[in-house]
Amino acid sequence: MRVALFATCVNDAVYPSTAIATVRLLERLGVQVDFPAAQTCCGQPQFNTGYRRDTEPLVRRMGRAFEGYDYVVTPSGSCAAMVRDNYPRIAAKGTDPRLTQVADSLVPRMYELTEFLVDVLKVTDVGAYFPHTVTYHPSCHGLRMLGLGDRPTQLLKAVRGLELIELPGAEECCGFGGTFAVKNADVSAAMGEDKVRNARSTGADVLCGADNSCLMHIDGVMRRQDAPQRALHLAEILASTEEEPWS
Amino acid sequence: MSGTFVGMPAFPKAAHEAVGNTTLRANLRHATHTIRDKRAKAVAELDDWALLREAGKQIKDHTLRHLDTYLVQLEETVTAAGGTVHWATDADEANRIVTHLVKETGECEVVKVKSMATQEIGLNEALEEAGIAAYETDLAELIVQLGHDRPSHILVPAIHRNRGEIRDIFTKEMGEWGRPAPEGLTDTPAELAEAARLHLREKFLRAKVGISGANFMVAETGTLVVVESEGNGRMCLTLPETLISVVGIEKIVPTWRDLEIFLQTLPRSSTAERMNPYTSMWTGTTDTDGPRAFHLVLIDNGRTDTLADEVGRQALRCIRCSACLNVCPVYERAGGHAYGSVYPGPIGAILSPQLRGTTSEIDASLPYASSLCGACYEVCPVAIDIPEVLVHLREKVADQGGPGHRLERAAIKAAGWILDHPGALAAGERVASRTRKLHPKKLPGPGAGQWTNSRDLPQMPAEPFRDWWKKNRT
Ligand code: SF4
Repeated sequence: MRVALFATCVNDAVYPSTAIATVRLLERLGVQVDFPAAQTCCGQPQFNTGYRRDTEPLVRRMGRAFEGYDYVVTPSGSCAAMVRDNYPRIAAKGTDPRLTQVADSLVPRMYELTEFLVDVLKVTDVGAYFPHTVTYHPSCHGLRMLGLGDRPTQLLKAVRGLELIELPGAEECCGFGGTFAVKNADVSAAMGEDKVRNARSTGADVLCGADNSCLMHIDGVMRRQDAPQRALHLAEILASTEEEPWS
Repeated sequence: MSGTFVGMPAFPKAAHEAVGNTTLRANLRHATHTIRDKRAKAVAELDDWALLREAGKQIKDHTLRHLDTYLVQLEETVTAAGGTVHWATDADEANRIVTHLVKETGECEVVKVKSMATQEIGLNEALEEAGIAAYETDLAELIVQLGHDRPSHILVPAIHRNRGEIRDIFTKEMGEWGRPAPEGLTDTPAELAEAARLHLREKFLRAKVGISGANFMVAETGTLVVVESEGNGRMCLTLPETLISVVGIEKIVPTWRDLEIFLQTLPRSSTAERMNPYTSMWTGTTDTDGPRAFHLVLIDNGRTDTLADEVGRQALRCIRCSACLNVCPVYERAGGHAYGSVYPGPIGAILSPQLRGTTSEIDASLPYASSLCGACYEVCPVAIDIPEVLVHLREKVADQGGPGHRLERAAIKAAGWILDHPGALAAGERVASRTRKLHPKKLPGPGAGQWTNSRDLPQMPAEPFRDWWKKNRT
């Protein structure tokens, strides 16, 4: 089984700890994972802002970078959804047949991390240890586009020492939405503040999610408020063990 | 009498005010959350919801594909049943036709059934100019009209008003238009409803002309359908001598049988009811009952342009249930007025820029009025993939290269080059990491400033992931 990590541009540049955690977690589960250095960005920000044609070189790049791997695993629901839902659309609207080849070949091999763990590796107890209270925010793209369902919470519930507290209004968008966060900053911030209010009401130490772009926004609001909580990617919780605790 | 949306500012500007209005936000939050929970329960009762949704989508898509055929069929069946069909390419033409029809009757007032189409074309204002008073009879529309206000929701146009405000509007304005509000009116729902009932009853009994829209038109039989809760619509549809219905061309369903789908999905999606209290259906005229004359004004007003767009045309499936508004986190905080159209919320964000084009400031900004969370698509009873259409329309707006978009395109191009050159990307990441101690928490200027007004920037890591990988795994 040849497995490639698609780290995503946000994790590569801003949240390497999430990508490192994903590598450690997969290796601990006996998966040999590779990081093809030709990868950059899936094109989601460009596509969602209306620059579809500018994503075409990135689609082709993704195709080349991940050629030959059985599975491509990414710790980002929205990037997985970008490939799965939008690559076929980009191929259909574009004129380059290579786009169709990439979409056809990459879509079935693209897995969001929790899908890969639960559906392919068939594990829910990954042997993690995380002695904190945690509340889970299911990001919209994971929830609605990928249909992750209870995969993330199944994984969290099996973590030793972890107490999962339900997040009120969990399914409501946090307000990030890519360029929405700056184009409609007032509404975006109002949504983020409501999300953080709900998170704080749980009293949990950590708000956990599976998409660092949303967490960047939520954590940004938390830090602005000097909230006692932090936002943390699911992979970092799952990678944490007694021997190698998250720090 | 009522306000219009002409010359609205761009969505972010309009939303800014609403976000700061805490009363409005609380009202909207309460109202939308209540109805969204009820809708979820009403929908969960049906184990074949997914099939109903798919059937609704397919019927609408089939009809839109053969719209030319069904429109001609509808004209034949309506005419055969004693009605007269008029065709209007745009709002002005539709208003001219209706004004002319009312004038022919010699009347100078009409009663109106709640209708989105007549609001879309600004019919009340056009009639007013011609010296004809149009009275809204739907309770919420009455509140909007008496308050010289604009609707902010498809189904509950006065959702932004609370009981106290409604009492004040009734007390102050009803006397200007007919029977005044009773002395000492309080803000209890029963008293407010009674005041409206008395005020409207007078109008129903006097009116000789009724104007409506329609939720559905059945091509096979020439039947029009209005679905409502109050029964006021039925008064307007049955008491006057002349009935004029103004309907968008996309409201057709081919057969009577098709209604079985929508009469299940519409009430559950909009009011969370298993069945709406009043469903009125009429086919032309009947000798012994109801209006003597029936006119159907079919309006295009941008619909064929919308139909020509392969991705955007799905917006024409909309049955105006308003479920997408009620689940939308942006609508909940920005309010309906910010959308600058009689169609607010997610459906408005994809419909207005298609019906009106994207040249105005507000229409060019609407496709961006969404975080693309997908809650609207999830609840839509005809499965309109609203996020897909939003992104599609963003491309159109970006292509037309309006203010801001030229700079944005340049930035996207530059980023595109970097992202297609991993070496350059890595170099950039390293610079960002190395200078991280120097990064301020707040940044000036558009874009970055918009972010840091309310959120801290993330701290940059010591090194990018690709460097960690190189050191530790290769
Ligand atoms: S787009 Fe769908 S959910 Fe929204 S009003 Fe129309 S039918 Fe209802």
